[in-house]
Amino acid sequence: MWIDLVIKFALAGIVLFAVLNLAGIQTWVERKQSAVMQDRVGANRAYFTLPWWWAAPINWLLRKIGGLGLLHPLADVIKLLTKEDFVPASGSRLLHWLAPWISVFFALVAFAAIPFGDSLHLFGRTIELQVAHLDAALLYVLALASIGIYGVILAGLASGNNLATLGGLRAASQMFAYEIALGVSLIGVILWYGTLDLQEIIRRQGDLLGGWLPAWGVCVQPLGCVIFMTAALAETKRIPFDLPEGEPEIIGYFVEYSGMKFGLFFLTDFVETVLVAALTTVLFFGGWQIPWLAPGAFSPNVMALLGVGAFTLKVCVFLWLFMAIRWTLPRFRYDQLMRLGWKILFPLSLANIGATGVLRVLVR
Amino acid sequence: MATLSDQLLHRIREAHRRRTLSWWERIYLPAIAQGLWVTSVHFWRNLFLHLAHRVGLFRRIPAAVTVQYPDEQRPTAPRLRTRHRLMQREDGTPRCVGCMLCETVCPAKCIYIVPGEHPDPSVEKYARSFDLDLGKCVYCGYCVEVCPEDAIRMDTQRHDIAAFSRDGMWLDIIELLHPGSRKHTDPPKKFIQLELEDFRRLKQSG
Ligand code: SF4
Ligand code: SF4
Repeated sequence: MWIDLVIKFALAGIVLFAVLNLAGIQTWVERKQSAVMQDRVGANRAYFTLPWWWAAPINWLLRKIGGLGLLHPLADVIKLLTKEDFVPASGSRLLHWLAPWISVFFALVAFAAIPFGDSLHLFGRTIELQVAHLDAALLYVLALASIGIYGVILAGLASGNNLATLGGLRAASQMFAYEIALGVSLIGVILWYGTLDLQEIIRRQGDLLGGWLPAWGVCVQPLGCVIFMTAALAETKRIPFDLPEGEPEIIGYFVEYSGMKFGLFFLTDFVETVLVAALTTVLFFGGWQIPWLAPGAFSPNVMALLGVGAFTLKVCVFLWLFMAIRWTLPRFRYDQLMRLGWKILFPLSLANIGATGVLRVLVR
Repeated sequence: MATLSDQLLHRIREAHRRRTLSWWERIYLPAIAQGLWVTSVHFWRNLFLHLAHRVGLFRRIPAAVTVQYPDEQRPTAPRLRTRHRLMQREDGTPRCVGCMLCETVCPAKCIYIVPGEHPDPSVEKYARSFDLDLGKCVYCGYCVEVCPEDAIRMDTQRHDIAAFSRDGMWLDIIELLHPGSRKHTDPPKKFIQLELEDFRRLKQSG
């Protein structure tokens, strides 16, 4: 009984640690990847040294790390923590305070249902490498991801600033346009694998189609995959779908935020990117499955750990891809965004359901 | 023969006519892939070069166009107008004859000269003090152009004129004759007046 609780806490701790670190390192990746893509050098100036003589080797290391720009996230945090926390007089103090927490909380809690590995067998118990083993995990993740948007809308409305309100409203309409395409595009996956349980969906992606093609979601649902990735990118509110922020025009829902509360919104964006990368991996790229590796090649525990490694690697590849997209494409205009969401993605995802249904019957 | 306005109208109409996009262009995905291809090629190429530079390979091919400014300086064209300096005669006295032409022509009124009598009657005058306030200077170069003695030039190739105070942007006559001799923490010797002997001694002490 107690030991179960401890195991769950440990799992939750591991997931939280990994996610927050991935999100934090993304601020560095964002700076460096964009720089390298644009033939620049990127952040490389922040570093500090310790004043004592015996700290010389540490200082050498600090200088090296600083030269890579790895201390910039630290400098960011110090800056954000020491900034004035400002609430506009016409805003609502409570809601203004609540909004960033809602955003970041629901983005983090959604990770509870993401399976990051096969089950481990230790001391006669079976530990599922998933914080909460839910039968309807997919629904849970989608629901929480869409609740997070309330934080953004609240931030816009509670700031008492017209531009922030505009940003919040844009966020709301964008979410409507994309949430539907997102959900509907996943029905194809659910039809194909016949379950809402993410762990089960991954297990069913372990087969090989025709003996060589992994039965990954992307192979059986290519259209669904493209629609899902597009809609999910819109969900993260980053370029090319950063209409709610739109720095050069309306600055966005967080225009009245400063200090760590702004930092939380920033963090939410990165956490959501990690979430989307993890979801894409789980649903369309085989989760922790390593293709072409025979199931009994190593002992089950080693396989499970290798699976965790594969999952992490896939997530990182997607983080790289999303970052590359963010630094390649310009922002959509508002009407283009709406047209893409309602007139293209939504009908396409409906067609995808029809095609999947027919195919499923035929294949059976 | 078409008149100019006809041609203009035609061009404007041309510019207004929208090119119809082909089907491939309208589905947008190939264009995204193309864009990603371009940026990714840059990314992987530069990443490889950065790593290779770490181990001392391919140093000739730059991985970034960045100039790390205070550490590295980009060579500037010799005709670029940079910080002023006063020219010296062989013995270290200023070549300036205190004619006040530059002080008069300066549009920013940032040159302050006090002339003194020169013992040599063919020279007549010299600048006892010569101050230039870079905080006001607009770098127009008129002072250089107007000088009959070629006594003031803007060719030090120094553009690091940032300072912590207005005083830090003040160039006294010593700094003008010997650019870079003052530490940026030292205050300038405003309106300091020097004899010819002082100039000679300054040159000898380096
Ligand atoms: S460059 Fe122009 S503004 Fe500056 S000192 Fe010379 S004349 Fe005056
Ligand atoms: S114009 Fe030349 S000679 Fe005349 S005062 Fe200025 S620097 Fe001296």
